[in-house]
Amino acid sequence: MYEGAVQELIDEFGRLPGIGPKSAQRIAFHILEADREDMNRLADAIRAVKDKVKFCSVCFNVTEDETCNICRDPRRDETVLCVVEESKDVMAVERTRSFRGRYHVLGGSINPIAGVGPDQLHIRELLGRLHDDKIAEVIIATDPNLEGEATATYLARMLSTIGIKISRLASGLPVGGDLEYADEVTLGRAFEGRRVMS
Amino acid sequence: MYISHVSLTDFRSYRQVDLELVPGTTVFAGPNGVGKTNIAEALGYLASLSSHRVSNDAPLIYFGADQALVRARVHRGDQAVGLELEITAGKANRARINRANTVRARDILGILRTVLFAPEDLALVKGDPSERRRYLDDVLVALQPHHAATRSDYDRVLKQRNALLKSARASGRLSSSHESTLSVWDEHLVTAGSKLLRGRLEVLGALEGHIADAYDGLTDGSKPATARYMSTVGGAMDDEQDQGQPGNGTSGTPRSPLMDLDEGELHAAFLRSLALQRRKELDRGLTLVGPHRDELVLGLGTAPAKGYASHGETWSLALSLRLAVYRALCEDDSRPGSKPILILDDVFAELDVSRRRKLAAVVADAEQVIVTAAVVEDVPDELNGRILTVGPGTVSA
Repeated sequence: MYEGAVQELIDEFGRLPGIGPKSAQRIAFHILEADREDMNRLADAIRAVKDKVKFCSVCFNVTEDETCNICRDPRRDETVLCVVEESKDVMAVERTRSFRGRYHVLGGSINPIAGVGPDQLHIRELLGRLHDDKIAEVIIATDPNLEGEATATYLARMLSTIGIKISRLASGLPVGGDLEYADEVTLGRAFEGRRVMS
Repeated sequence: MYISHVSLTDFRSYRQVDLELVPGTTVFAGPNGVGKTNIAEALGYLASLSSHRVSNDAPLIYFGADQALVRARVHRGDQAVGLELEITAGKANRARINRANTVRARDILGILRTVLFAPEDLALVKGDPSERRRYLDDVLVALQPHHAATRSDYDRVLKQRNALLKSARASGRLSSSHESTLSVWDEHLVTAGSKLLRGRLEVLGALEGHIADAYDGLTDGSKPATARYMSTVGGAMDDEQDQGQPGNGTSGTPRSPLMDLDEGELHAAFLRSLALQRRKELDRGLTLVGPHRDELVLGLGTAPAKGYASHGETWSLALSLRLAVYRALCEDDSRPGSKPILILDDVFAELDVSRRRKLAAVVADAEQVIVTAAVVEDVPDELNGRILTVGPGTVSA
């Protein structure tokens, strides 16, 4: 145990995701030895992110305004909506530059063990958005794991009554990879989701 | 197939031991507690990546050492493969094939095939239903490796669904949100579950004839051995019976009614059974229907084996279950030199003279048989193998 402030800082870092006690200690001592100015900038950045950043009132992506810049962008296609689990998934899809529609961030996936049910996710808000008839297709882009698939099934069931086209991202082989390196599960999925070519 | 060379480093009681083996029978003889079974265990582990004695890896490593190393040279026809497995407690095991770069341990599955008989097999007959479910699942994965994923998928869905049922019970009522989420988990449970169920039924179909034949061959044949899959799925067919308690129906029907259903029909039957048990599941906060609560009912003559079979009968039936696996694996891969290696760990001591002879005759068909015995005289002469004497931490001819 260190004295006072140092230990407090180590404990705070230890609470962050992906940081164990050793890393927490290393970061704390790094801060202790670093330039005061650099560290003030870090403190300001943390404060700013808590003060300024909010969640978009429409899609729940992170933003500094009432709505995010994707929701505000008039050039985006209003008829297609991509549903993802987290804001970082929005960034992942954006990097492809091939999707020009809008997003809806659920804020997680259905996970009873962690106590997350549909009511804890932004599903009611999603239904609200769909009452607007402009949206013609919903693309479900939740993670291809058990919880993500369950969330996708749940959404597909809810939305099937509304009469909007619903699609799910394909899963299968990674592009540029070798067939022989694919594990059995992925390869099995690729077989199930195969495409007819002629 | 056969193994020509085994070397153990810091495995169990061995700091270092190198063994040259030949096709045919090899008997490891020595007093209790010198490490005969450790050799059998090492070979079994190399084939299945699991021990028949312990569920975690720590006891496999020589006390005080960091890791154990098992190496073997496996011959299949005129092809030889060098296997190397590094076992580290609490970390992922690593393997090497033919001295190439290290690969994931599970990549070596299927290269060495063994069928291991051990005193622990008595639990197959006398133990909980989970022992028999694992028996079927292990054979399923050995025959169709992709089912390893089906099994883990099913377990994970089951955990999530049970968590949901528990939270619904805790909140005292089934809210509409619980209900709609539950139906999603039903869907996923049934998808993975009917795949697993179909797989188990197919495996049983491949095994049941062999189980009966093997038991017949080991005994005088007065009581036929039967194996019947009793599922909690299919409640729609006899919904008055408590489906949570399979095994009390010992009617003479030799086949499970599910045997002829395809995956789609099993899917539908599973959904129906879930619907019927909904009330009860919510009361108990547990999933009551599915492959995780099924039972493989073993019978001798008209009586169930569990509880009714004598010690000798139990042993013979347990051996028959393993022999059936051997036969099924032989059928699965009939290329020359593909027969699994039989490992008989301390099995002769428990059998009478005529059953010893019969077992010896049955296993004579294998390319390589590894036997461990505390008393060499227990091993019938028919096996006429090479005898290696095991002392504490050493093996000598």
